[in-house]
Amino acid sequence: MKYQARIFVTLRPSVLDPAGTAVQSALKQMDYHVDSVRIGKYVEIVLDAADDNEAAQKLDETCDKLLANPVIENYRFELTPIAEEVKS
Amino acid sequence: MKFGILVFPGSNCDRDVATVTSGILKQPTRLIWHTDTDISDCDIVIVPGGFSYGDYLRCGAIARFAPVMRSLQEHVSKGKYAIGICNGFQILTESGLLQGALVRNRDLHFICDRAPLRVERNDLPFTQKYQKHQVITLPIAHGEGCYFADADTLKELEDNNQIVFRYCDAIGNVSEDSNPNGSLGNIAGICNKQGNVIGMMPHPERAAEEILGGTDGKALFEGLLEGLLVNA
Repeated sequence: MKYQARIFVTLRPSVLDPAGTAVQSALKQMDYHVDSVRIGKYVEIVLDAADDNEAAQKLDETCDKLLANPVIENYRFELTPIAEEVKS
Repeated sequence: MKFGILVFPGSNCDRDVATVTSGILKQPTRLIWHTDTDISDCDIVIVPGGFSYGDYLRCGAIARFAPVMRSLQEHVSKGKYAIGICNGFQILTESGLLQGALVRNRDLHFICDRAPLRVERNDLPFTQKYQKHQVITLPIAHGEGCYFADADTLKELEDNNQIVFRYCDAIGNVSEDSNPNGSLGNIAGICNKQGNVIGMMPHPERAAEEILGGTDGKALFEGLLEGLLVNA
């Protein structure tokens, strides 16, 4: 079964985000007053897996090993099964 | 003593290091391509600066999985010496050989400058040619050099005396004003618990010849060499 995963990697709250702070001050200059800005990463992956559990397990592994660094980042993902193309 | 210098796609300080180890110290030196796996002939492995794999995803994140890195883990587990400089430091933290992480500089700028550093311990081969609390000046050149670790890890580093270099002012005061990139505890370089692996953001290899404007980095390589000859 094919899945699409949308992975969100965010900086842990204790890590300063100078880029987010710069964007927030730019917004302020534009007269948009927002409480906070934190910049993270968004990754889309298409993968094959037998079922939801296996897909989630594979994604946890890829995130733990490569996509996120647990020292500074958290991650979460959303999994959506992709409908197989109907063969005529 | 044989030096091995790892070369990843995007490394750009490998030849600078070789100029010091081979050219100045006259030691056998081998450039090791990232796909090589036999590095058993090397006594000291240097992970040089640069932009391995374009710094994609995170600095050092992809280099960590290069085939040579498994061999480096073995090299280190035997108690042999390794040093990561700049991007090399980032690779060593990503691979877990050193604790913590290096994140975007506090003020977002890429910093290319000379930074005074205080030598925090001189009982390591890397630092034995310096005095304790000696102030040395080395070039820094990085965009992601802000050292971060959680509070427990920082305490562990302090308790185990694992902090090797801190950013300071010209007379050795460690303060927020003398912190170029926002590193926690002004940390510029650390070692592992065993003391055979160090990582540092400043570039000792770029300060080993008078013609380059300073020689404060040369003693690091000389100390390493001397330490090894004594133990050999």
